[in-house]
Parts: sequence; structure tokens; C-alpha cells
Amino acid sequence: MTKNNPYTNSRRDFLKWGMASGAGLVVGFNFIGCQSDTAPVEIMKAMPSVWNEFDAYIKIGDTGLVSIFSQNPEIGQNIKTSMPMIVAEELDVAWRDVIVEQAPLNTDWYERQVAGGSQSIRQGWTTLRQAGAKVRHILLKTAAQKWGINIEDCKVKDGVISNPTGEQLSYGEIAAEASQQTLPEEVELKDPKEFKIIGQSKKNVDLNGIVTGQPLFGYDIKKEGMVHACVMRPPAFGMELVAFDDTAAKTINGVIETVKFGDKVAVIAENTWAAMKGKKALTAEWKQVEKAEDSAYHSEQLMLHLSKKADEPRRVDGDVDIAFAEADEVIERIYEAPFLPHNCMEPMNFYANVTEDKVELEGPIQTPAWQQDRVSKILDREKSDINVKMTRMGGGFGRRLYGDFGDEAAEISSLINKPVKLLFTREDDMTAGTYRPASAYRFKVGIKDGEISAYHLTEAFYNGMMFGQMPSNFPCGAITNYRVDCHNIKSNITTGAWRAPYANFLAFAEQAFLDELSGILDKDPVEFRLELLDKAKSDPVGEKYNYDADKFASVIKLAAEKSGWYNRGNKHLGFCAYYSHNTYVAEVAEVELSEGEPIIKKIYCAVDCGIVINPKAALNQIEGGIIDGIGHAMYGDFSFAKGQPQSDNYNKYRLIRMMEAPEIETHFVESYNDPTGLGEPTLPPAGGAIANALFSATGKRFYKQPFVKEMSLLG
Amino acid sequence: MPQYTIHVNGQPKTVEADSDTPLLWVLRDNLSLAGTKYGCGIAQCGACTIHVDGNAMRSCSLPISKVGDQKITTIEGLSENGDHPLQKAWATHDVPQCGYCQSGQIMTAAALLSKNKRPSDDEIIETMHGNICRCASYTKIKEAIKAASKL
Ligand code: FES
Ligand code: FES
Repeated sequence: MTKNNPYTNSRRDFLKWGMASGAGLVVGFNFIGCQSDTAPVEIMKAMPSVWNEFDAYIKIGDTGLVSIFSQNPEIGQNIKTSMPMIVAEELDVAWRDVIVEQAPLNTDWYERQVAGGSQSIRQGWTTLRQAGAKVRHILLKTAAQKWGINIEDCKVKDGVISNPTGEQLSYGEIAAEASQQTLPEEVELKDPKEFKIIGQSKKNVDLNGIVTGQPLFGYDIKKEGMVHACVMRPPAFGMELVAFDDTAAKTINGVIETVKFGDKVAVIAENTWAAMKGKKALTAEWKQVEKAEDSAYHSEQLMLHLSKKADEPRRVDGDVDIAFAEADEVIERIYEAPFLPHNCMEPMNFYANVTEDKVELEGPIQTPAWQQDRVSKILDREKSDINVKMTRMGGGFGRRLYGDFGDEAAEISSLINKPVKLLFTREDDMTAGTYRPASAYRFKVGIKDGEISAYHLTEAFYNGMMFGQMPSNFPCGAITNYRVDCHNIKSNITTGAWRAPYANFLAFAEQAFLDELSGILDKDPVEFRLELLDKAKSDPVGEKYNYDADKFASVIKLAAEKSGWYNRGNKHLGFCAYYSHNTYVAEVAEVELSEGEPIIKKIYCAVDCGIVINPKAALNQIEGGIIDGIGHAMYGDFSFAKGQPQSDNYNKYRLIRMMEAPEIETHFVESYNDPTGLGEPTLPPAGGAIANALFSATGKRFYKQPFVKEMSLLG
Repeated sequence: MPQYTIHVNGQPKTVEADSDTPLLWVLRDNLSLAGTKYGCGIAQCGACTIHVDGNAMRSCSLPISKVGDQKITTIEGLSENGDHPLQKAWATHDVPQCGYCQSGQIMTAAALLSKNKRPSDDEIIETMHGNICRCASYTKIKEAIKAASKL
């Protein structure tokens, strides 16, 4: 929700500033068009000579062209298209008459300028609808006043208001007058069944720029007087810089200077290549001041912790120990995953220009407000001096929640007194990274009279513990004796969120375990899950659990039906279902054996994400998430030796490629419920679905990621 | 610094650069053609793909001194109005997610289609193997190439 009065000076300054940055963009949009899929030619209203400002989102030109600010950072999840669609829907304009601009950071104006947790659409939904509906309301009110009729007697279609006698006024004609009216506090919203834009596929608003190679990304920034910087950082975690020698670096054509900050040295150069070469030419002496961790140590610690209970369990229903003692059989399995780099396609980078009167920051950042906050502390500057602009991002996956690169750029610029673009090489990106922490899970289950009597999950995780609600995830509520313990193990390796944190590995572990368990209990894997959900619904155990059993069951049934689960015959199918980031997903993987080699042929996916805003874009997220999940479960292999990452580029780190990407068939649960999110939730179930299908095809269970390391063990 | 005159998108361009400078950086820094992307610098990801005399090449691994009078085409020069059949198909299929890899994907696919008007699925997959998409838009890329081959 917007907080200020729209007609204060700060609003106007903000818009001016925003427009200055967006001016090129707007002209570009003349050519790009935001027309619907079906529009064969680019019809669009002319660029206006006057823009009328309404609120933090909407400007309407005298020609009727509408400009909508997209507030959140765009990392490829397509909110730069989907969020303005929501505003345009309630504003009642034709999508072809809309242009979109990226809003800069403005904490007075926008509540949550963050790309993370698949929350942009879910948390923005009502605010964005209200923003459009309020402006629609004052436009109608203005027209009604002109005609001397009631607002209820006005109708609007595609930005044209008409009265009962057939007279018409377009938004463009009355925008100047309407923009002087006060916005109402809250207005009634449309019935979702009447949506015209939401639910229709609208093309990515940056599409034309992307396919013609326009400079949309941080790496592409080029500004007057700008120099380039590459940074030498400690080669291993836990190291300090003792001394460095830049003699050789300085002989390189184009290298201007070097500058030390903390344990890092930046090479400043006239161009990118000189900066990269200069960095390589630096030599340094390092001292190990903290433990030099390696992968064997990481694994050892994880296992050590799994054998213990935590001081404070995260959830307890009944008593697992008594139940284990009384069980007919106790089953225990351990699952383990490595640290993983994010590997955004566009390596980390940032532009900074620190001057006496202001600090300009621009680049790919998922959390611009945190960036502003940190730089204000590092440089000891007022936050109001610091402007942050977001570029389109070449991927995020959680890595760009952490603006270490933005901090570096600001620090370097303040030291050299020049505008600078800081660039990570791929090697920097993979080795100086923030990583998905290594983790391990132990599942221990007691079976009594053919049913599960006890379920004990233990987590061991580096620098973190599963999110607050997660101990109450499925199958919590369905099992009489239930317990979750978590261990947070400290590591000096920098770690952070990685697409679908915790769930990205826990989902596989849990769902592979349940699959194995269903075999032991001699139950059909789908029926087994449905039985548990039924139990949680009809006779829930303990306090509230964290899912809607009906919604969960619906996606499970939908995926089973569409994949032909019950008629699978000799097909090798693997089932997996997981609820994360407010979205229910079930996936069925189909594996074929080709000359004994298992091939992942197809994934059937069922999703309940509430109402679907932009179907094609939704499919992009769903398919991307699934293939990403398969890729990292199969190939994601990363290790440390003496604190040093052992892979630094794609020749040593395998990412999934087209050849390994299966066909995907997606089915949505039809819904008018408020939208949830799609950036993350289809990733977690992918690993489980393929592991279970691989088991069906090969008889081998997988307990460690990446699977490819254990594939050689297949007969 | 040595001077080179190279042919980019139909025009001769004279640039000053160290002889070992990858063409990628000459395009991006000297000529402001930022559509050609950096992903790995070691010919592993395809983000930097351009056409050299009509063949798809990795500009990160082609030093400026080796370019000579070969004809260079970048994504900016692929078509006059952004209407190459692949660019159109990319729009119809709304292929990009983050978009960073897409100019490289399109350039690789364009070189394929210029030699093989109706590639089979296997030929597409094989050709595109060198191009990583971290967002995993592979299913859409494949569909769009197939659609473009029919235009
Ligand atoms: S940047 Fe050239 S192949 Fe990756
Ligand atoms: S679209 Fe993001 S890397 Fe391909």
C-alpha cells in the first residue's frame, strides 16, 4: 500500500528521477509493444505530450497511453509483466495501451521491493489491484461529474468511459482533471470471473529488448567516465590477506590502478578485459586464520549431528521413543546434499558512483532496500543520499539477495572517486559465492501393525535451520508420535538462500523416503500419501499443521490421473508431491531404459497456485523450476578442499543442458483463489520424482545428491 | 595499443585493443554491442555466440588479432527490425525467463537454420548442447526453433 500523499514534492522528485532513467525505455516501448498474443501488428497509442500522475504505479498520458511502474526486481520470474497486468486489470485499460517501467527503490512508496520467497505476486496482489481500482474510480467519478450523473451509471471498457446515452470520454481526455482528485482509501474490486487481462498470456514486456540484444542487464551498464573493476578475493574461506604485489598487473595495457580494501584488492581498468587480466596478474600472500574446512569434514559433522537430538525439538507430538520401543520394525534412512553455487547466468556485478552529494547505485539486486541500508553504513552516508536502481537480472536464485557485490562497488568508487562497474568473472562467481549449504536428513520411522506409529525427522544444516513453519509440514498431523529436531552447524563458508531454501533438498529426501516406505508397507505410493492426508484431515494429531489436506490431495489426484498412474503397466513412473511457498505441486516422472541407461522422458506436473495471472509465463516458471530441480539433483556437485572451492567454471561444474531436459506436461487446478507464487515451488518435488522413477527403472535407491555420482553403480 | 579494422554487422569498424582481447570485449566495450553476453569466458556456455562468416562461434575465445576480414554478425545485426524468424518465434513462444542467455541461444539456432532449414529434434538438441540456460527455458527454446523452421 502506498503511504504518502501522491502530491507531495517527494513524489514529484521521485517521478522525475524515475523518468530520467526510464526515458530511453519509454521510447523503446513504442517499438516493443505490449500487445496481446493475438494482436498481429503493434497498435499502440501515441506517446503523450503530458503525463498525469496518479499514484506510485500509474501515469496516464493525454493520448490515453498508460504507464505502469513495476516495483519489484525482475530476476526472470516475469513480475515486470505480471504485476503491471494486475494493475491494468483493475484500471480497466487495454493491455496494448500499457507501457511498463521499472521503478527504482522507493521505500516511502512501495512496501516490499524484494524478489524472494515466491512472494511478489502473493503479497502484491491486493495492493496492486487496489492501485488500479482506485485510479479507475476517480476517472469514473470525473466523467460522472462532467455528465452530471451517478458514477454507477458509467461503464468503462478499454479505457473509454460511456454513459447511458452513449456519450464517451476516454481516460486520456480526462486524465489531467481526474489526477487532481483525491484517491479513495479503498474501493471495491472486480469479481475475478470478470477478469480480462489476468488469466490471458501476455508477452514479457522486455521481450523485444532481449531478442535484439539491448543493454538491459547490470553487466551491460556503460556510463560517462566509468571505469571497470575486478577484485582479487581470498582464494579460500578463512583466509586473510598478508601482502600483495601489483607490479605485473600495472604493466597491463588499460590498467589504471589497484586499490586494497579489507582482504581484497581491486584492479581498476579502462575496460573489462584489462581489469580481468590485471586481476589474474596480481600475486598475494595469504594467511589461514580460521579453520580450512573441506568436504569430508562437512560430511562428518553432518553425520555426527544426525545421531543426536537437539536441545530444543522443533515439534513434538506424542512420544517417538516409546513408540520406537514398541514398534514391530524401525526403519532409518539418511539423505545428504552438498553445498551448491547459484551460478546465475549473468555473473555478479554492480555500478556505483559515490560523490560528495549523492551515491548512485545501479545493478542486479533482489533486495534494493538492504543494499541501500548496508551502503549507508559502510560509507557512513544518509540513506536519503543513496539512490538504488534495479536492472533486469540475468537470474537470481537467491544469490542476489546478498549485495556483497554492490557493497564492493560502492567501497571501490568511494576509494577511487570515480564511477565504477564492478564485475565478477565466472570464476569469481563460483568461488567467492554465497552457497546453498550442505545438509543432511535422517528419517526414522516405527511400524506397528502395518501402520506408521512414529516419525522422527532430524535435520543437520550449515548456518541455518528449516523455516518456522516447516516442522509442521506433511506428514505432520497424520502420525501419532512425531518429532522434528534441527541442528545448525557453523561454517565459515558464506551461505544463503538458494531457490526454494530447505525445500530444495528436504522435498527429495522426504519423498524418496516415503516412496521406499510405501514399498516396505506394500502400499501404492499415491494411495499411501492420500491415506496420510485423509488421516490428517479426519483425525489430526497435535496442534495445527501447515497445509490444506484437501488442496494437497487434489494436486496428487490430478497428477496421478494425468500421468496414467493407475494404468502404468510396465512404465517406470515416480511420484512426488510437495507443498512449499504457499503452492501445492505434485510431479510424476517417467523414466525409460535405453540400452540399460535410464533416460528421464517426461514430467507430469499438477499445480495449485490459486488464480493464474499469466499462463505462458507461469508455465515458464514451472518448467524452469522442474528442469532446474532435475539438473541439480542429477549433476550438482561442489566440494571444498582446505576451504577452497574445487570448481570454478562450467568445465568443472555441470549444469543441465537441453539434451537432458525432459518433456513437461502441466495441469493447473482451476482456481479463483488469490494467487500464490511460482518462482520456487516446482523445483523441490523434481528430485524426488526422478529418484523414485529411477528406482522403478533400475531398482536402485538414491540417498545422496548428485545422483550422477551414484549412477555408475547401476548395473 | 594496436588498431584493428573488423567487419561487424555489415560495417567496417576500427578499434584499438590489445591483441589478445577476446572479440567479446571488443564488441561490448569498444563497440557498445552489449547483446553478446559473457557467461564463462572459456567456450563452455554459449552466451557469447556470434556468427563468423556465417558460422556460430564463441566470441569469448576468439582474440581480436585472429578476426581479420571475416564477417562478424552479432544479435544486434541478425535482422534489420528484430524480425528474424527466430526472433519472431521467441516472441510467440515467450521463451525468455531472465533472458541473459537468449541472444546466444538465438545466434546458435540461427546458424543452424541457415544451413539446415528443417532440422530434426536430434539435430536441434545436438546443436544447442553448447548453450546453457540457467533458467532452464530449454523446452521453450526447442519449440521456438521448430516453429521458426516452419516460417
Ligand atoms: S562466454 Fe563464451 S562460451 Fe561462455
Ligand atoms: S533465460 Fe535465464 S539463462 Fe536462459
